Amino acid sequence: MNAKTADKIATALIVTIAAIIILILAGLLGYILIRGVGHISFDFLTSPPETIRAGGGIGPQLFNSLFLLVLTMIITIPLGLGAGIYMSEYAKPGRGTDFIRLVVEVLSSFPSIVVGLFGLLVIVNLFGFGFSLFSGALALTVFNLPLMVRITEQGLKSVPREQKEAGLALGLSKWKTIRSIMLPIAIPVILTGTILAAGRVFGEAAALLFTAGMSSPRLDFSDWNPLSPFSPLNPFRPAETLAVHIWKINSEGLAPDAPEIAAGASAVLIITVLLFNMIARWFGRYVHRKFTATK
Amino acid sequence: MQALIDIDQLDLYYGDFQALKKVSLDIPEKAITAFIGPSGCGKSTLLRTLNRMNDMIPGTRIEGSIKVSGKDIYSSDVDVETLRKKVGMVFQQPNPFPKSIYDNVAYGPRLHGIADKQRLDEIVESSLRAAVLWDEVKDHLKRSALGISGGQQQRLCIARALAVEPDVLLMDESTSALDPISTLKIEELAQELKKRYTIVMVTHNMHQAARVSNQTVFFLNGEVIEYAETEKLFSNPVDSRTEDYISGRFG
Repeated sequence: MNAKTADKIATALIVTIAAIIILILAGLLGYILIRGVGHISFDFLTSPPETIRAGGGIGPQLFNSLFLLVLTMIITIPLGLGAGIYMSEYAKPGRGTDFIRLVVEVLSSFPSIVVGLFGLLVIVNLFGFGFSLFSGALALTVFNLPLMVRITEQGLKSVPREQKEAGLALGLSKWKTIRSIMLPIAIPVILTGTILAAGRVFGEAAALLFTAGMSSPRLDFSDWNPLSPFSPLNPFRPAETLAVHIWKINSEGLAPDAPEIAAGASAVLIITVLLFNMIARWFGRYVHRKFTATK
Repeated sequence: MQALIDIDQLDLYYGDFQALKKVSLDIPEKAITAFIGPSGCGKSTLLRTLNRMNDMIPGTRIEGSIKVSGKDIYSSDVDVETLRKKVGMVFQQPNPFPKSIYDNVAYGPRLHGIADKQRLDEIVESSLRAAVLWDEVKDHLKRSALGISGGQQQRLCIARALAVEPDVLLMDESTSALDPISTLKIEELAQELKKRYTIVMVTHNMHQAARVSNQTVFFLNGEVIEYAETEKLFSNPVDSRTEDYISGRFG
Protein backbone atom coordinates (compact mmCIF):
# COMPACT_ATOMS: atom_id res chain seq x y z
CA MET A 1 0.00 0.00 0.00
CA ASN A 2 1.52 3.32 -0.93
CA ALA A 3 1.55 6.41 1.23
CA LYS A 4 -1.19 8.13 -0.74
CA THR A 5 -3.68 5.29 -0.29
CA ALA A 6 -2.83 5.04 3.38
CA ASP A 7 -3.44 8.74 3.76
CA LYS A 8 -6.82 8.47 2.04
CA ILE A 9 -7.90 5.54 4.20
CA ALA A 10 -6.82 7.31 7.40
CA THR A 11 -8.68 10.47 6.40
CA ALA A 12 -11.83 8.53 5.55
CA LEU A 13 -11.65 6.64 8.82
CA ILE A 14 -11.24 9.78 10.91
CA VAL A 15 -14.06 11.56 9.10
CA THR A 16 -16.31 8.52 9.64
CA ILE A 17 -15.57 8.40 13.35
CA ALA A 18 -16.25 12.12 13.72
CA ALA A 19 -19.51 11.70 11.80
CA ILE A 20 -20.60 8.82 14.05
CA ILE A 21 -19.96 10.90 17.15
CA ILE A 22 -21.91 13.84 15.77
CA LEU A 23 -24.76 11.52 14.76
CA ILE A 24 -24.96 9.97 18.23
CA LEU A 25 -24.94 13.41 19.85
CA ALA A 26 -27.48 14.88 17.46
CA GLY A 27 -29.69 11.80 17.79
CA LEU A 28 -29.61 11.99 21.57
CA LEU A 29 -30.33 15.70 21.71
CA GLY A 30 -32.95 15.44 18.99
CA TYR A 31 -34.74 12.55 20.72
CA ILE A 32 -34.93 14.38 24.04
CA LEU A 33 -35.93 17.69 22.50
CA ILE A 34 -38.54 16.31 20.09
CA ARG A 35 -40.18 14.25 22.81
CA GLY A 36 -40.08 17.04 25.35
CA VAL A 37 -40.38 20.42 23.71
CA GLY A 38 -44.08 19.95 22.86
CA HIS A 39 -44.87 19.64 26.52
CA ILE A 40 -43.14 22.86 27.56
CA SER A 41 -45.49 25.73 28.19
CA PHE A 42 -45.54 28.70 30.51
CA ASP A 43 -47.91 26.81 32.75
CA PHE A 44 -45.62 23.75 32.81
CA LEU A 45 -42.65 25.90 33.81
CA THR A 46 -44.42 27.68 36.64
CA SER A 47 -47.01 25.41 38.21
CA PRO A 48 -46.25 22.92 41.03
CA PRO A 49 -46.20 19.17 40.30
CA GLU A 50 -49.21 16.89 40.84
CA THR A 51 -48.83 13.49 42.47
CA ILE A 52 -51.87 11.60 41.15
CA ARG A 53 -53.59 13.83 38.62
CA ALA A 54 -52.31 14.87 35.22
CA GLY A 55 -51.26 18.42 34.40
CA GLY A 56 -48.51 18.97 36.96
CA GLY A 57 -45.63 21.35 36.30
CA ILE A 58 -42.03 21.76 37.35
CA GLY A 59 -42.08 25.32 38.73
CA PRO A 60 -40.61 24.69 42.20
CA GLN A 61 -38.07 22.21 40.82
CA LEU A 62 -36.82 24.69 38.26
CA PHE A 63 -36.55 27.35 40.94
CA ASN A 64 -34.77 24.92 43.29
CA SER A 65 -32.23 24.02 40.64
CA LEU A 66 -31.42 27.66 39.95
CA PHE A 67 -31.30 28.58 43.63
CA LEU A 68 -29.09 25.61 44.45
CA LEU A 69 -26.79 26.66 41.65
CA VAL A 70 -26.45 30.16 43.09
CA LEU A 71 -25.80 28.80 46.59
CA THR A 72 -23.18 26.36 45.33
CA MET A 73 -21.43 29.07 43.37
CA ILE A 74 -21.40 31.41 46.36
CA ILE A 75 -19.49 28.74 48.27
CA THR A 76 -17.36 27.42 45.41
CA ILE A 77 -16.13 30.56 43.67
CA PRO A 78 -14.29 32.25 46.57
CA LEU A 79 -12.79 28.97 47.78
CA GLY A 80 -11.80 27.85 44.30
CA LEU A 81 -10.33 31.22 43.33
CA GLY A 82 -8.34 31.43 46.55
CA ALA A 83 -6.97 27.92 46.28
CA GLY A 84 -6.25 28.33 42.57
CA ILE A 85 -4.34 31.56 43.13
CA TYR A 86 -2.38 29.90 45.91
CA MET A 87 -1.52 26.88 43.79
CA SER A 88 -0.49 28.93 40.82
CA GLU A 89 1.34 31.84 42.41
CA TYR A 90 2.25 31.23 46.03
CA ALA A 91 2.87 27.54 46.62
CA LYS A 92 6.47 26.47 46.09
CA PRO A 93 6.42 23.71 43.48
CA GLY A 94 7.35 20.44 45.12
CA ARG A 95 5.86 17.46 46.87
CA GLY A 96 3.31 19.54 48.72
CA THR A 97 1.70 20.99 45.61
CA ASP A 98 1.94 17.67 43.78
CA PHE A 99 0.03 16.08 46.62
CA ILE A 100 -2.63 18.80 46.63
CA ARG A 101 -3.00 18.42 42.88
CA LEU A 102 -3.41 14.66 43.26
CA VAL A 103 -6.09 15.15 45.90
CA VAL A 104 -7.86 17.63 43.65
CA GLU A 105 -7.78 15.17 40.73
CA VAL A 106 -9.11 12.33 42.85
CA LEU A 107 -11.81 14.54 44.28
CA SER A 108 -13.00 15.60 40.84
CA SER A 109 -13.28 12.02 39.61
CA PHE A 110 -15.31 10.86 42.61
CA PRO A 111 -18.54 9.12 41.63
CA SER A 112 -21.30 11.53 42.51
CA ILE A 113 -23.36 8.90 44.34
CA VAL A 114 -20.41 8.46 46.73
CA VAL A 115 -20.32 12.19 47.30
CA GLY A 116 -24.06 12.00 47.98
CA LEU A 117 -23.61 9.31 50.60
CA PHE A 118 -20.74 11.22 52.15
CA GLY A 119 -23.03 14.24 52.26
CA LEU A 120 -25.77 12.20 53.94
CA LEU A 121 -23.42 10.85 56.62
CA VAL A 122 -21.40 13.95 57.33
CA ILE A 123 -23.33 17.05 56.27
CA VAL A 124 -26.91 15.91 56.76
CA ASN A 125 -26.50 13.73 59.87
CA LEU A 126 -23.23 14.57 61.61
CA PHE A 127 -23.40 18.33 61.11
CA GLY A 128 -27.17 18.22 61.40
CA PHE A 129 -28.05 20.40 58.43
CA GLY A 130 -30.76 17.89 57.48
CA PHE A 131 -32.07 17.47 53.95
CA SER A 132 -31.64 21.00 52.77
CA LEU A 133 -30.47 23.19 49.92
CA PHE A 134 -27.47 24.09 52.05
CA SER A 135 -26.47 20.43 52.44
CA GLY A 136 -26.93 19.97 48.71
CA ALA A 137 -24.79 22.99 47.97
CA LEU A 138 -22.01 21.70 50.23
CA ALA A 139 -22.13 18.28 48.56
CA LEU A 140 -21.96 19.85 45.11
CA THR A 141 -19.07 22.00 46.32
CA VAL A 142 -17.10 18.81 46.96
CA PHE A 143 -16.82 18.05 43.28
CA ASN A 144 -17.16 21.50 41.90
CA LEU A 145 -14.27 22.82 43.96
CA PRO A 146 -11.54 20.77 42.23
CA LEU A 147 -12.79 21.98 38.88
CA MET A 148 -12.76 25.57 40.08
CA VAL A 149 -9.24 25.27 41.52
CA ARG A 150 -7.94 23.77 38.31
CA ILE A 151 -9.63 26.36 36.14
CA THR A 152 -8.21 29.23 38.19
CA GLU A 153 -4.77 27.70 38.21
CA GLN A 154 -4.80 27.12 34.47
CA GLY A 155 -6.16 30.59 33.83
CA LEU A 156 -3.36 32.22 35.81
CA LYS A 157 -0.71 29.95 34.33
CA SER A 158 -1.81 30.99 30.86
CA VAL A 159 -1.00 34.64 31.59
CA PRO A 160 2.22 35.43 29.71
CA ARG A 161 5.24 35.71 31.99
CA GLU A 162 6.06 39.05 30.37
CA GLN A 163 2.82 40.53 31.70
CA LYS A 164 3.56 39.41 35.22
CA GLU A 165 7.12 40.72 35.02
CA ALA A 166 5.91 44.03 33.62
CA GLY A 167 3.71 44.47 36.68
CA LEU A 168 6.41 43.53 39.15
CA ALA A 169 8.95 45.75 37.39
CA LEU A 170 6.65 48.74 37.93
CA GLY A 171 7.04 48.16 41.64
CA LEU A 172 3.65 46.58 42.17
CA SER A 173 3.39 44.09 44.98
CA LYS A 174 2.79 40.45 44.15
CA TRP A 175 -0.85 40.62 45.20
CA LYS A 176 -1.48 43.82 43.24
CA THR A 177 0.11 42.24 40.19
CA ILE A 178 -2.07 39.16 40.55
CA ARG A 179 -5.22 41.13 41.21
CA SER A 180 -4.91 43.91 38.72
CA ILE A 181 -2.91 42.39 35.87
CA MET A 182 -3.08 38.62 35.94
CA LEU A 183 -6.66 38.03 37.04
CA PRO A 184 -8.19 40.33 34.40
CA ILE A 185 -6.22 38.50 31.71
CA ALA A 186 -7.19 35.13 33.16
CA ILE A 187 -10.83 36.00 33.68
CA PRO A 188 -12.23 34.80 30.34
CA VAL A 189 -10.74 31.36 31.02
CA ILE A 190 -11.93 31.34 34.64
CA LEU A 191 -15.38 32.60 33.75
CA THR A 192 -15.94 30.12 30.95
CA GLY A 193 -14.84 27.30 33.21
CA THR A 194 -17.07 28.50 36.01
CA ILE A 195 -20.15 28.60 33.84
CA LEU A 196 -19.39 25.15 32.47
CA ALA A 197 -19.04 23.92 36.05
CA ALA A 198 -22.37 25.54 36.76
CA GLY A 199 -23.92 23.50 33.96
CA ARG A 200 -22.67 20.38 35.68
CA VAL A 201 -24.27 21.45 38.98
CA PHE A 202 -27.52 22.03 37.19
CA GLY A 203 -27.66 18.52 35.80
CA GLU A 204 -26.48 16.71 38.93
CA ALA A 205 -28.92 14.29 40.55
CA ALA A 206 -27.15 11.46 42.37
CA ALA A 207 -25.30 13.64 44.87
CA LEU A 208 -28.49 15.49 45.71
CA LEU A 209 -30.78 12.51 46.40
CA PHE A 210 -29.43 12.16 49.92
CA THR A 211 -28.49 15.76 50.63
CA ALA A 212 -31.01 18.20 49.22
CA GLY A 213 -33.73 15.59 49.48
CA MET A 214 -36.46 14.36 47.15
CA SER A 215 -39.30 16.56 48.21
CA SER A 216 -40.12 20.22 48.50
CA PRO A 217 -42.37 21.80 51.06
CA ARG A 218 -45.34 23.68 49.63
CA LEU A 219 -43.52 26.82 48.62
CA ASP A 220 -45.18 30.16 49.07
CA PHE A 221 -43.84 32.32 46.26
CA SER A 222 -45.16 35.46 47.92
CA ASP A 223 -43.02 34.95 51.03
CA TRP A 224 -39.46 36.12 50.40
CA ASN A 225 -38.24 36.07 53.98
CA PRO A 226 -35.27 33.66 53.85
CA LEU A 227 -35.93 32.50 57.42
CA SER A 228 -39.53 31.43 56.93
CA PRO A 229 -39.88 27.65 56.40
CA PHE A 230 -42.13 28.02 53.33
CA SER A 231 -40.11 30.76 51.69
CA PRO A 232 -38.45 29.71 48.43
CA LEU A 233 -35.33 31.59 49.60
CA ASN A 234 -34.86 29.57 52.80
CA PRO A 235 -31.59 27.66 52.24
CA PHE A 236 -32.33 25.23 55.09
CA ARG A 237 -35.43 23.69 53.57
CA PRO A 238 -35.44 20.44 51.62
CA ALA A 239 -35.54 20.93 47.89
CA GLU A 240 -36.05 18.62 44.97
CA THR A 241 -34.16 19.81 41.90
CA LEU A 242 -35.13 19.33 38.29
CA ALA A 243 -32.72 16.47 37.68
CA VAL A 244 -33.88 14.67 40.84
CA HIS A 245 -37.48 15.24 39.84
CA ILE A 246 -36.89 13.58 36.47
CA TRP A 247 -35.37 10.59 38.18
CA LYS A 248 -38.23 10.41 40.66
CA ILE A 249 -41.17 10.62 38.30
CA ASN A 250 -39.51 8.18 35.95
CA SER A 251 -39.05 5.61 38.67
CA GLU A 252 -42.12 6.13 40.85
CA GLY A 253 -44.35 8.71 39.16
CA LEU A 254 -48.07 8.01 39.64
CA ALA A 255 -49.56 10.77 37.51
CA PRO A 256 -50.92 9.49 34.17
CA ASP A 257 -48.82 12.02 32.26
CA ALA A 258 -45.59 11.16 34.12
CA PRO A 259 -43.65 10.14 30.95
CA GLU A 260 -44.60 13.43 29.25
CA ILE A 261 -43.59 15.42 32.33
CA ALA A 262 -40.26 13.59 32.49
CA ALA A 263 -39.71 14.25 28.80
CA GLY A 264 -40.62 17.93 29.15
CA ALA A 265 -38.43 18.35 32.21
CA SER A 266 -35.54 16.64 30.43
CA ALA A 267 -35.90 19.01 27.52
CA VAL A 268 -35.89 22.00 29.88
CA LEU A 269 -32.76 20.65 31.56
CA ILE A 270 -30.95 20.12 28.27
CA ILE A 271 -31.95 23.52 26.94
CA THR A 272 -30.78 25.22 30.13
CA VAL A 273 -27.41 23.48 30.05
CA LEU A 274 -27.01 24.39 26.36
CA LEU A 275 -27.84 27.96 27.25
CA PHE A 276 -25.18 27.90 29.97
CA ASN A 277 -22.62 26.76 27.45
CA MET A 278 -23.51 29.41 24.93
CA ILE A 279 -23.64 32.16 27.53
CA ALA A 280 -20.24 31.00 28.79
CA ARG A 281 -18.70 31.40 25.35
CA TRP A 282 -20.33 34.71 24.65
CA PHE A 283 -19.63 36.16 28.08
CA GLY A 284 -16.01 35.01 28.04
CA ARG A 285 -15.47 36.80 24.74
CA TYR A 286 -17.34 39.89 25.93
CA VAL A 287 -15.33 40.20 29.14
CA HIS A 288 -12.11 39.62 27.25
CA ARG A 289 -12.95 42.47 24.89
CA LYS A 290 -13.98 44.68 27.77
CA PHE A 291 -10.82 44.11 29.80
CA THR A 292 -8.37 44.22 26.98
CA ALA A 293 -9.92 47.17 25.12
CA THR A 294 -9.63 45.25 21.85
CA LYS A 295 -12.25 46.00 19.28
CA MET B 1 30.78 61.42 36.75
CA GLN B 2 29.37 60.00 39.92
CA ALA B 3 28.63 56.30 40.32
CA LEU B 4 24.95 55.63 41.01
CA ILE B 5 25.17 51.86 41.12
CA ASP B 6 28.10 50.23 42.84
CA ILE B 7 28.50 46.48 42.38
CA ASP B 8 31.11 44.86 44.56
CA GLN B 9 32.42 41.29 44.35
CA LEU B 10 29.07 39.90 43.25
CA ASP B 11 28.61 36.15 42.97
CA LEU B 12 25.31 34.75 41.80
CA TYR B 13 24.30 31.11 41.77
CA TYR B 14 21.32 29.37 40.22
CA GLY B 15 21.37 26.26 42.37
CA ASP B 16 24.84 24.80 41.71
CA PHE B 17 25.51 26.86 38.63
CA GLN B 18 27.51 30.03 39.17
CA ALA B 19 26.14 32.60 36.73
CA LEU B 20 28.18 35.59 37.92
CA LYS B 21 31.72 35.47 39.28
CA LYS B 22 33.17 38.25 41.41
CA VAL B 23 31.63 41.04 39.38
CA SER B 24 32.66 44.53 40.40
CA LEU B 25 31.39 47.56 38.50
CA ASP B 26 30.58 51.21 38.99
CA ILE B 27 27.71 52.41 36.85
CA PRO B 28 27.77 56.19 36.42
CA GLU B 29 24.78 58.42 36.83
CA LYS B 30 22.93 59.96 33.85
CA ALA B 31 24.80 57.97 31.24
CA ILE B 32 24.26 54.86 29.18
CA THR B 33 26.12 51.75 30.19
CA ALA B 34 25.97 48.82 27.80
CA PHE B 35 26.50 45.16 28.73
CA ILE B 36 27.78 43.09 25.83
CA GLY B 37 28.92 39.50 25.48
CA PRO B 38 27.86 36.18 23.98
CA SER B 39 24.66 34.39 25.02
CA GLY B 40 24.78 32.96 28.51
CA CYS B 41 27.62 35.22 29.65
CA GLY B 42 25.61 36.62 32.55
CA LYS B 43 24.83 40.10 31.24
CA SER B 44 21.03 39.71 31.48
CA THR B 45 21.38 38.02 34.85
CA LEU B 46 23.33 40.99 36.19
CA LEU B 47 20.77 43.42 34.75
CA ARG B 48 17.97 41.53 36.48
CA THR B 49 19.74 41.60 39.84
CA LEU B 50 19.69 45.40 39.70
CA ASN B 51 15.92 45.48 40.28
CA ARG B 52 15.80 42.07 41.95
CA MET B 53 13.75 40.41 39.23
CA ASN B 54 15.84 37.31 39.87
CA ASP B 55 14.06 36.96 43.21
CA MET B 56 11.30 35.13 41.35
CA ILE B 57 13.61 32.33 40.23
CA PRO B 58 13.79 29.67 42.94
CA GLY B 59 17.26 28.64 44.04
CA THR B 60 18.95 31.96 43.31
CA ARG B 61 21.69 32.86 45.77
CA ILE B 62 23.74 36.01 45.93
CA GLU B 63 27.01 37.01 47.62
CA GLY B 64 28.68 40.38 47.52
CA SER B 65 26.84 43.66 47.34
CA ILE B 66 24.96 45.95 44.98
CA LYS B 67 24.47 49.50 46.15
CA VAL B 68 22.09 51.89 44.45
CA SER B 69 22.57 55.47 45.66
CA GLY B 70 24.74 54.06 48.41
CA LYS B 71 22.17 51.61 49.76
CA ASP B 72 22.61 47.85 49.56
CA ILE B 73 19.54 46.63 47.66
CA TYR B 74 19.85 43.09 48.97
CA SER B 75 19.88 44.07 52.63
CA SER B 76 16.91 42.81 54.60
CA ASP B 77 15.34 46.21 55.28
CA VAL B 78 15.00 47.07 51.59
CA ASP B 79 11.48 47.12 50.21
CA VAL B 80 11.58 45.42 46.81
CA GLU B 81 8.60 47.38 45.51
CA THR B 82 10.21 50.71 46.34
CA LEU B 83 13.42 49.54 44.69
CA ARG B 84 11.57 48.55 41.52
CA LYS B 85 9.89 51.94 41.40
CA LYS B 86 13.35 53.52 41.44
CA VAL B 87 14.81 51.03 38.98
CA GLY B 88 12.44 50.62 36.06
CA MET B 89 12.72 48.00 33.38
CA VAL B 90 11.96 47.56 29.70
CA PHE B 91 11.94 44.01 28.40
CA GLN B 92 13.04 42.24 25.26
CA GLN B 93 9.55 41.71 23.86
CA PRO B 94 7.24 44.72 23.97
CA ASN B 95 4.80 43.72 26.71
CA PRO B 96 2.09 46.35 27.01
CA PHE B 97 -0.86 45.37 29.17
CA PRO B 98 -3.95 44.39 27.21
CA LYS B 99 -5.51 47.75 28.02
CA SER B 100 -5.79 51.14 26.41
CA ILE B 101 -2.72 53.24 25.70
CA TYR B 102 -3.73 55.68 28.43
CA ASP B 103 -4.31 52.96 31.01
CA ASN B 104 -0.96 51.38 30.27
CA VAL B 105 0.88 54.54 31.23
CA ALA B 106 -1.46 55.50 34.07
CA TYR B 107 -1.26 52.01 35.52
CA GLY B 108 1.78 52.32 37.75
CA PRO B 109 0.92 55.78 39.15
CA ARG B 110 -2.67 54.68 39.77
CA LEU B 111 -1.68 51.59 41.71
CA HIS B 112 0.84 53.64 43.64
CA GLY B 113 -2.02 55.75 44.85
CA ILE B 114 -2.54 58.65 42.44
CA ALA B 115 -6.27 58.98 41.80
CA ASP B 116 -6.61 62.58 40.66
CA LYS B 117 -7.68 62.55 37.02
CA GLN B 118 -5.91 65.75 36.08
CA ARG B 119 -2.67 64.65 37.72
CA LEU B 120 -2.89 61.33 35.87
CA ASP B 121 -3.50 63.12 32.58
CA GLU B 122 -0.35 65.15 33.17
CA ILE B 123 1.71 62.08 33.99
CA VAL B 124 0.44 60.24 30.92
CA GLU B 125 1.21 63.16 28.63
CA SER B 126 4.66 63.87 30.05
CA SER B 127 5.63 60.19 30.05
CA LEU B 128 4.45 59.69 26.48
CA ARG B 129 6.26 62.86 25.44
CA ALA B 130 9.43 61.66 27.17
CA ALA B 131 9.13 58.41 25.24
CA VAL B 132 8.58 60.39 21.98
CA LEU B 133 5.26 58.67 21.40
CA TRP B 134 2.82 61.45 22.29
CA ASP B 135 2.39 62.90 18.79
CA GLU B 136 1.65 59.47 17.33
CA VAL B 137 -0.97 58.41 19.86
CA LYS B 138 -2.43 61.56 21.41
CA ASP B 139 -5.60 61.33 19.35
CA HIS B 140 -6.41 57.75 20.29
CA LEU B 141 -5.30 57.27 23.86
CA LYS B 142 -8.37 55.15 24.54
CA ARG B 143 -7.48 52.58 21.89
CA SER B 144 -5.98 49.25 22.77
CA ALA B 145 -2.23 49.24 23.22
CA LEU B 146 -2.17 45.97 21.31
CA GLY B 147 -3.22 47.72 18.12
CA ILE B 148 -0.09 49.87 17.66
CA SER B 149 3.13 48.71 16.01
CA GLY B 150 5.85 46.79 17.83
CA GLY B 151 8.15 49.81 17.91
CA GLN B 152 5.38 51.99 19.29
CA GLN B 153 4.53 49.32 21.84
CA GLN B 154 8.12 49.30 23.02
CA ARG B 155 8.13 53.08 23.39
CA LEU B 156 4.84 52.74 25.25
CA CYS B 157 6.54 50.32 27.62
CA ILE B 158 9.27 52.90 28.15
CA ALA B 159 6.60 55.53 28.87
CA ARG B 160 4.94 53.13 31.29
CA ALA B 161 8.24 52.64 33.11
CA LEU B 162 8.92 56.41 33.19
CA ALA B 163 5.47 57.13 34.63
CA VAL B 164 6.49 55.86 38.07
CA GLU B 165 9.47 58.28 38.03
CA PRO B 166 12.43 55.94 38.25
CA ASP B 167 16.08 57.02 38.54
CA VAL B 168 17.38 54.08 36.58
CA LEU B 169 16.05 52.45 33.43
CA LEU B 170 17.12 48.90 32.65
CA MET B 171 16.76 47.86 29.02
CA ASP B 172 17.01 44.12 28.45
CA GLU B 173 17.74 43.75 24.73
CA SER B 174 14.87 46.12 24.22
CA THR B 175 15.36 46.52 20.49
CA SER B 176 16.12 42.95 19.49
CA ALA B 177 12.49 42.24 18.56
CA LEU B 178 12.15 45.43 16.49
CA ASP B 179 12.80 46.45 12.90
CA PRO B 180 15.79 48.73 12.10
CA ILE B 181 13.76 51.94 11.95
CA SER B 182 12.06 51.31 15.28
CA THR B 183 15.43 50.33 16.71
CA LEU B 184 16.89 53.62 15.60
CA LYS B 185 14.04 55.51 17.24
CA ILE B 186 14.60 53.74 20.55
CA GLU B 187 18.33 54.48 20.32
CA GLU B 188 17.65 58.17 19.73
CA LEU B 189 15.21 58.09 22.59
CA ALA B 190 17.85 56.57 24.86
CA GLN B 191 20.18 59.45 23.97
CA GLU B 192 17.48 61.86 25.05
CA LEU B 193 16.63 59.95 28.22
CA LYS B 194 20.18 59.76 29.54
CA LYS B 195 19.99 63.46 30.31
CA ARG B 196 17.55 62.60 33.09
CA TYR B 197 17.98 58.93 33.78
CA THR B 198 20.71 56.41 34.33
CA ILE B 199 20.38 53.78 31.65
CA VAL B 200 21.77 50.27 31.69
CA MET B 201 21.22 48.26 28.53
CA VAL B 202 21.93 44.71 27.59
CA THR B 203 22.48 44.28 23.89
CA HIS B 204 23.45 41.56 21.48
CA ASN B 205 24.23 44.15 18.91
CA MET B 206 27.76 45.46 19.26
CA HIS B 207 27.13 48.26 16.83
CA GLN B 208 24.31 49.42 19.02
CA ALA B 209 26.56 49.46 22.07
CA ALA B 210 29.16 51.39 20.08
CA ARG B 211 26.55 53.87 18.78
CA VAL B 212 24.67 54.73 21.92
CA SER B 213 26.55 53.93 25.10
CA ASN B 214 29.04 55.91 27.12
CA GLN B 215 30.52 52.90 28.92
CA THR B 216 30.67 49.34 27.75
CA VAL B 217 31.14 46.22 29.85
CA PHE B 218 32.22 43.02 28.16
CA PHE B 219 31.15 39.79 29.87
CA LEU B 220 32.34 36.26 29.29
CA ASN B 221 31.27 33.18 31.26
CA GLY B 222 29.92 35.21 34.15
CA GLU B 223 32.99 37.42 34.52
CA VAL B 224 33.66 41.02 33.59
CA ILE B 225 36.51 40.84 31.12
CA GLU B 226 36.79 44.49 30.33
CA TYR B 227 35.04 47.67 31.35
CA ALA B 228 35.89 50.99 29.73
CA GLU B 229 34.64 54.08 27.96
CA THR B 230 32.83 52.79 24.90
CA GLU B 231 35.13 54.50 22.45
CA LYS B 232 38.22 53.10 24.11
CA LEU B 233 36.83 49.59 24.47
CA PHE B 234 35.96 49.36 20.80
CA SER B 235 39.02 51.11 19.38
CA ASN B 236 41.67 49.94 21.75
CA PRO B 237 40.65 46.94 23.86
CA VAL B 238 43.14 45.80 26.47
CA ASP B 239 42.14 42.17 26.70
CA SER B 240 42.64 39.93 23.68
CA ARG B 241 39.28 38.19 24.34
CA THR B 242 37.50 41.54 24.06
CA GLU B 243 39.24 42.16 20.79
CA ASP B 244 38.28 38.73 19.50
CA TYR B 245 34.65 39.30 20.42
CA ILE B 246 34.25 42.81 19.00
CA SER B 247 35.99 41.87 15.82
CA GLY B 248 33.51 39.03 15.42
CA ARG B 249 35.83 36.11 15.95
CA PHE B 250 33.33 34.39 18.30
CA GLY B 251 29.99 34.95 19.98
